[in-house]
Amino acid sequence: MLSARGVVAGYARGPAVLDGVDVSVPRGSVRGLAGPSGCGKSTLARVLALLQRPWSGTVELDGREIRGARYSVPREARTSVGIVFQQPRPAVDPRMTLCEIVSEPLRVRGVRQLRSGVEELAEVTGLDAELLGRMPHEVSDGQLQRACLARALAPRPRYLICDEMTGMLDASTTAALVRVVIDRVTEEGLGVLAISHDESLLRAWAGNDVIRW
Amino acid sequence: MVELEPDSATVARPRPWRSATRARAGSGRGAAGAVRARLRLVTAVTVLCVLTLAALSVPVLSAAPGTVDYQAIRLPPGPGHPFGTDTSGRDLFVRSLAGLRVSLLVAVVSTVVSTVLGTVVGALSGASGGWVDRLLMRLVDAVNAVPHLLLGIVIVALYQGTVLAVVLSIGLTHWATVARVVRSEVLGLRNRPYVDAAVSAGAGRWWVLRNHLLPAIVPQAALSAVLLVPHAVFHETALSFLGLGLPPHLASIGNILSDGREGVLLGAWWIVAFPAGLLVATTLSVSGIAAAWRDRTIPTRRSELTL
Repeated sequence: MLSARGVVAGYARGPAVLDGVDVSVPRGSVRGLAGPSGCGKSTLARVLALLQRPWSGTVELDGREIRGARYSVPREARTSVGIVFQQPRPAVDPRMTLCEIVSEPLRVRGVRQLRSGVEELAEVTGLDAELLGRMPHEVSDGQLQRACLARALAPRPRYLICDEMTGMLDASTTAALVRVVIDRVTEEGLGVLAISHDESLLRAWAGNDVIRW
Repeated sequence: MVELEPDSATVARPRPWRSATRARAGSGRGAAGAVRARLRLVTAVTVLCVLTLAALSVPVLSAAPGTVDYQAIRLPPGPGHPFGTDTSGRDLFVRSLAGLRVSLLVAVVSTVVSTVLGTVVGALSGASGGWVDRLLMRLVDAVNAVPHLLLGIVIVALYQGTVLAVVLSIGLTHWATVARVVRSEVLGLRNRPYVDAAVSAGAGRWWVLRNHLLPAIVPQAALSAVLLVPHAVFHETALSFLGLGLPPHLASIGNILSDGREGVLLGAWWIVAFPAGLLVATTLSVSGIAAAWRDRTIPTRRSELTL
């Protein structure tokens, strides 16, 4: 269970964006979170992905309370929670090839044999293996988002936060990526928090397990 | 009554700021501007190549570069001596090029020193933030608060008369600007979503710095370095001119110019004119290349560096 308890969070010198939020993501299921733009969905995503320290309140990962954020969190905890952002383009380093992007979580851990791992991830996410040598500006948004999903799944996280993951994509790519994530949920017990402003889309993901803000 | 302006008036409106900075950076707009910019780049590269080659080869090829000949004092430019001779009867052509070699060497090495130092300090400062950032930036302020030349003179005075002292006196006073440029670049980069993604993938500070931040600031740092080269040449010249730089027997542009002072009063203009001309040509070609590069890499951004 990945959960936020009474989380208050915001950005420097601004008002609190999240004011006492309680959300939990159980393993092996998809929980939806719907709300209008600007209501703090992405801030919650960053807090749960351990990328931003809440002003108060706690984040618990499998019953363990996580203190701090970013570099001060142990690597093992950070890699347990994957995140996919809405826009794929700013989420990838423009100087790296897709192969380097997808393999980054493996390289961070010092894995040397990358080829099979990267190719498997590409196949699972439907990323064209021929594109692995290309730079981000040479591929479409859809292919890039597949690479981002592959990168998020590379460290075999126990939880995945999809922050408007399909917001920029066409219907068929959306369906394909949702399928990839759902497969992981049923096969590996991945716990997913799917965030979107589009409630009907979330119902397709998460059934009736949708929190409305 | 409202008068509508003719359509041509809208064409004459001031340009948006983007093109204004582009124009400031060097090249004009349109095909003619592009041709002019290309021509200037080619000229600059050619001049720099010829000067560097000459500076490297001529003093080696000529028999005895520093030979004093009191039979031939202050000869005007002529067949035997293309640049004339100085107050000790040394051939100015060879001496100027030998001087250019020393000046260029000092400039390039001190530029490398200050670029490396500035990049390390700037990257460390921007990437770590907090008290490390504050401390390093106050250090940069302190270095910037003292005039470069004055601080350089102090360093040279401590270890007088060696090339290393001159290199250090220039290198240790110019890293602050590089550090500022690099730091601001790192600050803009470190909260990018792809850095977030790397952190989420388990990357540590060092990994992010080496794989995401440093590669991104290489163009900026290299540009700062190129812009520093002509500046460093001038500093070396100024130090030597003040009698604090390189020893008099080692020809550098600054030494020659300072020797030539009394020569000018005796009518020997060539002692100052030719070495100074070489210095100006070198500096202009290096900054020409830098301007062309800046146009290509960051057309919309003004460099923080001042020459």
